[in-house]
Amino acid sequence: MWFIANLNNSSLISCYKDVEIVFKSILINLFLVYLCAVVDTSSISSDLEYFANLIEKAAIEALTKATIFLPPDVKNALKKAYENEISESSKAQLEAILRNLEVAEKLRKPICQDTGLIIFYVKVGYDFPAIKVIEKAFVNAVKKATIEIPLRPNTVNPITGKNPGNNIGRYVPFIHWEFVEGDSLEFIVVPKGGGSEAVSILEFPPPGEGLRAVKRVVIDAILKAGAKPCPPTIVGIGIGGGADIAAILAKKAAALRPLGTENPDPDIAKLEKELYEAINSLEIGAMGLGGKFTVLDVHIEYAHRHPATYPIAIVFQCWAARRASALIKSDGTYKVYQ
Amino acid sequence: MPTYHLKTPISEDEVRKLRVGDIIYVTGIIVTARDAAHRRMLNYIKEGKSLPIDLKGGVIYHCGPVVRKTNEIWEVIAAGPTTSARMELYEAEIIKNLGVRIIIGKGGMGSKTAEACKYYGAIYTVFTGGAGALAANAIKKVRKVEWLDLGIPEALWIFEVENFGPLLVTIDTTGRNLIAEVIERAKAKREEVLKKLGIT
Repeated sequence: MWFIANLNNSSLISCYKDVEIVFKSILINLFLVYLCAVVDTSSISSDLEYFANLIEKAAIEALTKATIFLPPDVKNALKKAYENEISESSKAQLEAILRNLEVAEKLRKPICQDTGLIIFYVKVGYDFPAIKVIEKAFVNAVKKATIEIPLRPNTVNPITGKNPGNNIGRYVPFIHWEFVEGDSLEFIVVPKGGGSEAVSILEFPPPGEGLRAVKRVVIDAILKAGAKPCPPTIVGIGIGGGADIAAILAKKAAALRPLGTENPDPDIAKLEKELYEAINSLEIGAMGLGGKFTVLDVHIEYAHRHPATYPIAIVFQCWAARRASALIKSDGTYKVYQ
Repeated sequence: MPTYHLKTPISEDEVRKLRVGDIIYVTGIIVTARDAAHRRMLNYIKEGKSLPIDLKGGVIYHCGPVVRKTNEIWEVIAAGPTTSARMELYEAEIIKNLGVRIIIGKGGMGSKTAEACKYYGAIYTVFTGGAGALAANAIKKVRKVEWLDLGIPEALWIFEVENFGPLLVTIDTTGRNLIAEVIERAKAKREEVLKKLGIT
């Protein structure tokens, strides 16, 4: 700024005054700018390093919390299912699930041996001071958490079959970026299990079939999945957008939205309830042994679609719906929560 | 529900007495195997090579554990079952050739496995899916690990277990397959459920 101001000044006066003085003043200002740059760069880089460590620490804590403790909304839903189940074998499974949660908390061990493929859902403020270090901090956090918690090394190269052993790989951990107003960083980490992911589907019914297609596709997906995704599950349904968008929405609906929350759109809330009741009337039950609770909840999310397509994606989340969040403020404080 | 405590190796007579709905607890040795281990076992059988562990009267556990090695000793952190359906491709041949008596997994298995169980005398049981911490508690020791080149989840983990369970018998030697029955019943309700949803 000084430099520009001085140039303007100097250009104005250079016509009348000694060129040498102007040249000197430019040099002095250049030197001052250089000094500022040196000082600024070092403080920026130490800030960046500080935030990189902070984000890494918060991500390890969040990943640890997500792996060992279920969020309260999920735990409550499981307790409610246990209390209301009448089928003996299904109730026994729900009892084992609740006992498993106690053991995991007490011994600080992962709830499930499938500690998932790690995904970060990020909301970062435009003015957050350390955007460029976030990705690397997440990668480092996953590597360290794999040893510290520990996590099962789950990343496998689909071409060579090789497993690097650290839960890192091409596009993994995957990061979903969203830019928002403000100067904080907020993220949710989801260790997504493979058994429930493996029965996910994507369909393009004729658009004319509309919501009737959604209902049919959902019921058929549930019947096809059977006991495989570790019921009781949370079913995420993504409608519209395109192949990619529908799948992202379905996964977010399954993995991120807290259980027991009402959809703000009353028509969709009604459809969710209708599907929840229809699915549970199939009586597949916990672990497919027959019972009242095949799903804990049905969550729908949509995007506007192209007139020629009606994408429907369904993503299953097993009962071990693990997630934890972290909020990192620009003043260098953070919290990890569920 | 009738409950039984079994010790490995398990005889054909012992498993032929068990029925769908029975609860069992296993003490002794169980061996983990997922897709890659099953494929390698079948290759070994085909080539006439002997396996690193004798599975006659044995127990196969569909599981890829979380483990930690400290001072050369493996510790099991979490070890719940994986989805058994993926092993449907191989299990009948494994039961036929190796004399395995109990399969532990989750999510159920298909008709090929059920037929092999009936014919050769074996059962399929489920441990609660996702209950990894609970399962690890019943595993006393890692006796050995083989085929670690397949990666930690896919290796053959040879566990010493005490009262490993509860395991619910869902395929017995009479040809019954509980989870398949539940899903068939659900499928039979499809039209009725769709009608209720306004689809005719």
